[in-house]
Amino acid sequence: MLDTLAQQLLLGLTNGMVFALIALGYTMVYGILEFINFAHGDVFMLSGFFALTLVSVLGLQDAQGFSLFAQLGLVLVLASAFGAVVNLLIDRLVYKPLRKAPKLAPLVSAIGVSFVLQNIGLIWGAMPLDVFGGGGQPAAPKSFPALLPTTNLLGNSAITLQLKDVLVIGASLAVMTVLYLLVTRTKLGMAMRATAQDPQAARLMGIDVDRVVAATFLVGGGLAGFAAVVYALYINTVYYQMGYQNGLYAFTAAVVGGIGNIPGAVLGGLLLGLVRAFSDQFIGAQWQPAVLFGILIVLLVFRPSGLLGSTAREKV
Amino acid sequence: MLIVDAIHAAHGAIEVLHGVSLKVQAGEIVTLIGANGAGKTTTLTCISGLHKPKSGKIAFEGKDLLPLPAHDIVHCGIAHCPEGRRVFPRQSVAENLALGAYIRNDKAGIRQDLDKIYSLFPVLLERRAQLAGTLSGGEQQMLAVGRAMMIRPRLLLLDEPSLGLAPLIVKRIFDVILELNRQGTTILLVEQNARMALKIASRAYVLETGSVIAEGTGAELLADPKVQAAYLGDA
Repeated sequence: MLDTLAQQLLLGLTNGMVFALIALGYTMVYGILEFINFAHGDVFMLSGFFALTLVSVLGLQDAQGFSLFAQLGLVLVLASAFGAVVNLLIDRLVYKPLRKAPKLAPLVSAIGVSFVLQNIGLIWGAMPLDVFGGGGQPAAPKSFPALLPTTNLLGNSAITLQLKDVLVIGASLAVMTVLYLLVTRTKLGMAMRATAQDPQAARLMGIDVDRVVAATFLVGGGLAGFAAVVYALYINTVYYQMGYQNGLYAFTAAVVGGIGNIPGAVLGGLLLGLVRAFSDQFIGAQWQPAVLFGILIVLLVFRPSGLLGSTAREKV
Repeated sequence: MLIVDAIHAAHGAIEVLHGVSLKVQAGEIVTLIGANGAGKTTTLTCISGLHKPKSGKIAFEGKDLLPLPAHDIVHCGIAHCPEGRRVFPRQSVAENLALGAYIRNDKAGIRQDLDKIYSLFPVLLERRAQLAGTLSGGEQQMLAVGRAMMIRPRLLLLDEPSLGLAPLIVKRIFDVILELNRQGTTILLVEQNARMALKIASRAYVLETGSVIAEGTGAELLADPKVQAAYLGDA
């Protein structure tokens, strides 16, 4: 029993880290623009395809030892950069021209972008690469090679702890720490927080709000790209709809934590991962969406602005 | 120093400024008085670039401000301390002041200005770690003025610094405005407290429903019977 609990705790934590990384992108953009970027999950998905393509090009499935880790590091960096650039491009091409339009316009456009990106995922999946199964079935899940050794680090213990678990949790924590330092200790972070509270006043300080928005999309997209590699290493699959489901869960996590609140997104992501793991184990996987969204509804009834969200905007 | 020439500005379909013109010379305190809705705040937001007029000209030290976005106008040496204080409520007092120095890189100068602000408003030093949203109205106004000072502007636009504050605090703020002016900062002050503003002003403009209806030195307008009747509460 205790073993099962520990195992589910671990599973929940690792899944929760992925949700948290994606949720951060939703929440940071919302914090600055009060806009839900519904295409964010699909940036995550495309980054997964990008990472798988890189793995294939580098021949990573055959690499070992130091060379494997060095190249894996490279994949992480490049996939993050890819996610960042895609996210920024979407903003510049689609959302920015609508900045002064009524709020519904960018929102509906984001849903449109989401479909466009999913179709790009389908086209990408049709590429005649071995890792895409020759490209014959674009919609089929593509298997992402298990690059890391699957030996149990705990030896013969009933609890399985693999290197990929350690890597997922460790790398996610490291990235979140960097993000935390960026937001709290740097001039850019200070400008981001000021812009989130009062963009007009921020402009009066000489802050170029447009550049702050660009930086936010870059950071959010980078986190999504990073999350995609972590997810692919862990679940060993990428497919063109993976952004839809994970994006929806991550968005829920951001709302649970208090949308716009950065620590809230991490808390919400971890909570969602844990609840999901335990509900799958003790209630049944078929109940997963019902349990998760049921909890969301109950929570929002009692705390409409999420766990860490401020109950109202300070008006003074 | 600042020339505002016949600006027309609208909020949506409603024109609120019908050709406002005014001038500020280096070293002056110029005040803009008028009733609610006369267009005082809109005039200031047009100068700082938050609002773009439909027509007219605004030039600062010979430079055309109209094509510049608000954050570039700050770089020209104009600070705008906006109506309603607009401090960043979820950031500390110290961080609000640091945001004022956002465009600056001269560490020694920033340190010096910070010390100056803390000595002018000791309460800000006391509360430097506190979130700005938890300060009282008067303290927030001091913070807003201090934050604008951190820009080290040559021209400071102040919008209703006395609004809703106790008389003692208003006096404190006005003393600071005079002190800043004495040290070389040019001031354009928008005020409802017309008597107090006219007393410290070198020159003043009276704005009524979007047009300048009178101008003169502070003393002249204080003595003007029409101004007295309309804005100073004298019968």
